[in-house]
Amino acid sequence: MRAIVRRTLGLAWVLPALVLVGVFVYLPLVQNFQFSTLEWDIYSGSQEYVGLDNYRRLLDDPVFWSSFGNNLLYAVVSIAFQVFGALVLAALIESVRSERWRRSLRAVYFIPSAISLTVAGLLFYFLYEPSLGPLNHLLRAVGLGELAQAWLGQESTAMSAIIAMSQWQGFGYSTLLFAVAIQRIPGEVYGAAAIDGVGPVGRFVHVTFPLVREMTGLMAIVTVSGSFQVFNEVMVMTAGGPNNSTQVLGTWLYRSGFVRNDFGYAAAIATVLFVITLGIALAQLWVTRSRRVEW
Amino acid sequence: MVSRLSFLGVIARVFMWAFLLGLAVVVLYPLLWMVVSGFKTNAELFGDPFALPVDWSFDNYRKAWNRGVSDYLTTSVLVTVTSTVATVFVSAWAAYGLTRVDIPLNRTVAALILGGLMLAPTVALVPLVKMFQAMGLYNSFWALLILYTAFRIPFTTFLIRAYMIDLPREVDEAAEMDGAGRWTAFWRITLPMCKPIITSTVLLHILFTWNEYLFAMVFTSGSGVQTLPVGLTSLMSKHGTEFPVVFAGMVIAAVPVVLLFFLGQRYIVRGLADGIGK
Repeated sequence: MRAIVRRTLGLAWVLPALVLVGVFVYLPLVQNFQFSTLEWDIYSGSQEYVGLDNYRRLLDDPVFWSSFGNNLLYAVVSIAFQVFGALVLAALIESVRSERWRRSLRAVYFIPSAISLTVAGLLFYFLYEPSLGPLNHLLRAVGLGELAQAWLGQESTAMSAIIAMSQWQGFGYSTLLFAVAIQRIPGEVYGAAAIDGVGPVGRFVHVTFPLVREMTGLMAIVTVSGSFQVFNEVMVMTAGGPNNSTQVLGTWLYRSGFVRNDFGYAAAIATVLFVITLGIALAQLWVTRSRRVEW
Repeated sequence: MVSRLSFLGVIARVFMWAFLLGLAVVVLYPLLWMVVSGFKTNAELFGDPFALPVDWSFDNYRKAWNRGVSDYLTTSVLVTVTSTVATVFVSAWAAYGLTRVDIPLNRTVAALILGGLMLAPTVALVPLVKMFQAMGLYNSFWALLILYTAFRIPFTTFLIRAYMIDLPREVDEAAEMDGAGRWTAFWRITLPMCKPIITSTVLLHILFTWNEYLFAMVFTSGSGVQTLPVGLTSLMSKHGTEFPVVFAGMVIAAVPVVLLFFLGQRYIVRGLADGIGK
């Protein structure tokens, strides 16, 4: 009996964490499912059960689909630059002989990831600014004046401009993590490759890449998950405009709930986001569990 | 043959360095432009965005400071410090309980706490707003403190727990033989041994809180409770025609975290690397 009391008292160690996570992370998640079945005006307080109507409306909402498409585009571009590009870049950096240069390059590339997405987003808002923005000035200076345009102000370029900013902001983060993974490869492996007469490209393809495969998988998963949670940079740079062309699921959720006062609909978008991000997280768990090559 | 190979090698090296340094310029130039523009007058900025300011005055910084940035900075510091302390202690307690104390349903508890890692904050947004309105904490400092703590506990516990698992147990057991209670053992022995990972988690939490936007934007609106990321967008919408003042505000927001990164680089990298694949 005393043993049982003693064990139960031990729960006090984990109780604060359990309560905080339970009340503020899990409970809202459960409530969200319930809210997604309501037609709900938060200001008047009127609520009406509408079943799966909000989900049906999602399917017919072109902005929902274009938002989803924008998240997907974000993911594809980020995989290219922040996973494969960053991996090649990390291998290049680690091939530099001077440790001081390696450290400096990694640190410089990381700086944009340390500053907030708000600062980075505002900065690029000014860089893209049509009249005073350095980008258009630069294009005119090198004789490409006809390419100068309102990058964030037109539907055809706004989303690409935001995604480009995000690559600038995020590539140093994944490069740093890949560099750590490459450093963990024992030197002898490369020594053996050198004896076999493998060149630098062959070394990357046959030695580095296979040995950082797990990190590559994890980075890809984290990157895709992040691409579906994009919010900050879009809000700061375009708030979803022009004409909803840069809406992503996160901003469309926000706009539906907090601007158009359609909370049930916002909750339905949240459910979609939940399914996507949970699926990705389970994939991550699977990759970590089934790791094969470990150094 | 050998000389031709090394000639190619030299060409390859030149291209590699051109690429690496070019990329460094692409990263640094916009940041430098931001800093320099913060010292210019509006007329100078519109006249030639690339030119250096005629005289380097801190006028824009003074203006930014007086137009709300001092308030935003104070709130950011307050929220960052309190939520860091809360998150790290609550997580260290939980990690200790999960690795050193015989508690019922250990695996379930661990899965519940760490499972929070898988949930995106956006998903909980609508119910959280309703909940905080009901508690009367909407638009308050408390909302941010609670949310930043609750949503970062899974990640922080994950890192500290992984570290504690690898620590030798003999020391704890010896302490218990000496009659030291668990509470004493935690503070005197386990926590000091976890110093490296605690440093990592503190730094990562500061970076997160300082830069967080989603919760800060949705849960605060008055200038008294806004943190820097949201405050900057307010500054932008209120004084958007005076670009250099906004630049000054951006520099004020960016400098502390860039410094923090350079000072604590080792710990930050370690925390990030362990956090993604341990």
